Amino acid sequence: MTVPSPVPTPAPEGSEAKFGVDRRRFLGFVLGGATLITAADLVAGGTPAQAVSSLVPQPAELYDLNDLITDAARPTANLITITITEEGRAQFALPRSENGQGIIDSTAMLIAEELDLPVEMVDVTLADARPELVFNQLTGGSTTTTSTFTPIRVAAAIAKGALLQAAATFFGDSVELLKSKAGVIEAPGGRTVAYGQLTRLAASTTDRQVAVDLKPHEEFTVIGSPVKRKDALEAITGRKKFTLDLDVPDALPTMVCRPPSLNGAPERVANLDAVRQMPGVTDVVKVETGVAVRAATFGQCIDAVRALEVSWRDGPVVGESDGDIRARLRSAQLPFGTPSVPLLAKTVEHEFTFWFKSNSALEPNAAIADVRADSAEVWSGLKNPIVAQQEIALAVGLPQDKVKVHVVQGGGSFGRKLFFDGALEAAKVSQAMGKPVRLMWHRSDDTRQGRVHPAAVSKTRTTYLGKEVLSFEQRHASVSTDFTHGLGEILTALAAKLPSGNYTFAQSIFLLTQEVGYDFGVVDQLLNEVDERFNTGSMRNIYSPDTRTAIELTVDDLARRFGQDPYEFRLARAKSSRTRKTLETVAAAADWGKRMPVGTAQGIAIHKEYKGVTACVVELDCRPETVNREIREARTGPRVTRATFAIDAGLVINPNHLEAQMQGGMLDGIALALTSSVHLRNGAFLEASWDNVAYTRQWNVPPEMEVVVVDSDSGQPGGAGEAGVAATCAAVACAYWRATGTMPKEFPINHQTPLHFEVKPFSPPMPPSPTNGLDFIR
Amino acid sequence: MPDHTFLVNGERVTVDVEDDVRLLWVLRDRLGITGPKYGCGINVCKACTSHLNGKAFNPCAVPVSALRKKDEITTIEGLADTVDGDLHPMQEAWLEFDVAQCGYCQPGQIMAAVDKVRQVQEAGREITDDDLDEIRNICRCGTYFRIRQAIKAGAAAMG
Repeated sequence: MTVPSPVPTPAPEGSEAKFGVDRRRFLGFVLGGATLITAADLVAGGTPAQAVSSLVPQPAELYDLNDLITDAARPTANLITITITEEGRAQFALPRSENGQGIIDSTAMLIAEELDLPVEMVDVTLADARPELVFNQLTGGSTTTTSTFTPIRVAAAIAKGALLQAAATFFGDSVELLKSKAGVIEAPGGRTVAYGQLTRLAASTTDRQVAVDLKPHEEFTVIGSPVKRKDALEAITGRKKFTLDLDVPDALPTMVCRPPSLNGAPERVANLDAVRQMPGVTDVVKVETGVAVRAATFGQCIDAVRALEVSWRDGPVVGESDGDIRARLRSAQLPFGTPSVPLLAKTVEHEFTFWFKSNSALEPNAAIADVRADSAEVWSGLKNPIVAQQEIALAVGLPQDKVKVHVVQGGGSFGRKLFFDGALEAAKVSQAMGKPVRLMWHRSDDTRQGRVHPAAVSKTRTTYLGKEVLSFEQRHASVSTDFTHGLGEILTALAAKLPSGNYTFAQSIFLLTQEVGYDFGVVDQLLNEVDERFNTGSMRNIYSPDTRTAIELTVDDLARRFGQDPYEFRLARAKSSRTRKTLETVAAAADWGKRMPVGTAQGIAIHKEYKGVTACVVELDCRPETVNREIREARTGPRVTRATFAIDAGLVINPNHLEAQMQGGMLDGIALALTSSVHLRNGAFLEASWDNVAYTRQWNVPPEMEVVVVDSDSGQPGGAGEAGVAATCAAVACAYWRATGTMPKEFPINHQTPLHFEVKPFSPPMPPSPTNGLDFIR
Repeated sequence: MPDHTFLVNGERVTVDVEDDVRLLWVLRDRLGITGPKYGCGINVCKACTSHLNGKAFNPCAVPVSALRKKDEITTIEGLADTVDGDLHPMQEAWLEFDVAQCGYCQPGQIMAAVDKVRQVQEAGREITDDDLDEIRNICRCGTYFRIRQAIKAGAAAMG
């Protein structure tokens, strides 16, 4: 086969050039193997950041978190490979974690597009931990598509090129006369040969570097089409396997009896032997985090945990409650600057509190671990398997290459699976017991001891003169966000663990994700993080639901002071044409400005992140008959009755999944604004069940929801997984003010109202399993 | 340990397990039937929703000893076998609206939806938004809106 020129050449008239990317010719490899294997190499061809027009750009306008992770991924992206099987299928192990966001499907679409192969013929699996990928195995910040868009297509395009070359040999025709379509290559005269028949012929004995041109965007037929989830049938028939469903021999159910206070520790167990004799129980051992029990069934684990008599050392927050944490945050708030503004300028200041929120997924922290004397094997839903592998190896005293870490599809993440608390604990317990374990956190543990979105106090200060905004400052003081997962690799993880390292990393993430988006003169946003006693993490959309809500309420206040409609005010001051178009789209779709009954109102907000722009309009019903609805063990309160969302997501890979991600993000935003939080009382979180946590339930769901995808001028794909949250949360807050006349200052708005539940006991840490299930049958 | 005999998805099973073990664990840990999921263990999240003699219930809250020999459990794995065709109409509706994201709650959602529609249709009514508001199953991915669309379509197909 003729090897095309290895020298990258600029594409004269490609669509990527049109969209501001300077070439669509890239280098890659055909790797040696029995069948065709191709790999992508991006060292020679990066994607330059797009220019933005702005007078005084904020850092995130020029270079954001997506750019950081994409750049970190670039040097090792050549290690991703596509294999063509003799059945004509394309196989690809994605070095990312699927938790429902749909990246397995979008990856299959990218491959199908460049390979001219039906999507059903592309098999995408999740790669095991691959330490050689260094930065390139982190799933976070909604960056998957941005960072893999080009390398995956390069590998697929090279595969198609090699198959065409092989077909030329096969038919004795020249490549130019051949056409690839739906996994088959056609030669003149109607002769055809399938990819599967060509893969051995196309295989290479050695690794060869080749150059390839990617398909121009205007020729896309798969990218941009609505494709449904490939695993939907498995999910709806119960065949989809999550970690706890895997059949690993002898990995018996295991649970941990945990302390009554946050991050407490076990001191002494009074009845170890008695509990070891309980039905089904095989092992009981004390570990760092509590007392682990292994039994024939999880039910028997629960019974044994409840029977354990453990004395505990108090955790570090004992004696403190929500109010103490807020006082600490207030005293840590960085001062505002002193922008030079005219004497007659007016100043507006606001302070908002965002309480702790649980980022529990429905699948609790869970892992299977089998730690032996000389090797270990771990299965779990992991967004960061390389760091998990390294830390587990350290914890059990094995070389890293003796620890095999399998990434299993997760039952939701929302940031939770950036960490590997379950996997690390499972490995330690397995080692302590000398047996395989199937470790599961009880829901009460997952909520009380699991990671949370840190509480924060956000202040804004705006100066204006007449109807001109002169400056906008935001000071965000937050309980420390744990970023010690770094960028997916232990070197960066260690950097964040260095003294004051976490501050720097957090400040970097903050600056890389925040962008006010309005022409407000001098703009300045700063973060200060204090208090590392909590188990925190990046919950879906990290800082933005909080910072954005503070910004948009301030914006509504300015609009009031200027006597302007909130939509018109935003439209006039939106910094980019993409934002204006997205605002116009959402306002039109939502009938912005329509007459609303007393006690109800619309609210509007924007957000800009993940290479995209979003805007949301909600209608909120705050009338007593709605607010005071009685549903047992439930947060009712104000209800969003209609939610309209517009997104300019850049180049859209799969509009079906994009809509699904926005719908999910919107329901998160509604929960954060209205119902869902955890309350800290005397060093422990009160919530121990889904009814307590009050994440959005059917009775909180807007009966009307609409997502509109805005035609984008950007040829670059943006992130979707987190993009729905911030604008929705802020729009609900703004609607609440307009409906009630009271500006909300604490979130969720219902946090300070009397608890809607009776607090479950802390000791024993798990509630008993009910026995009255048959009484509810109707 | 005592033997417990009942029907699961059309098959008679006998399990040797303590009386008080909840059925969810008998299904998952002893019989390897993993469609019903754990989400709370206290009959709140409804991820384990299955059917007992055709009606929705939550096996996390039922001791195995409460079952009688003639009792028939249907889990998500057996739902399609209760109708003609490859899938239950509610499962077809789920595919049509591409409801699932992570998929963890979806078996319970579908089993609850089928039962909700049965109750409404037995009362001679069409399913309403108020009926949908009563469904307590959690979906942490927030697929609720597509769930509502799918249940309405599934109800029409079941009617």
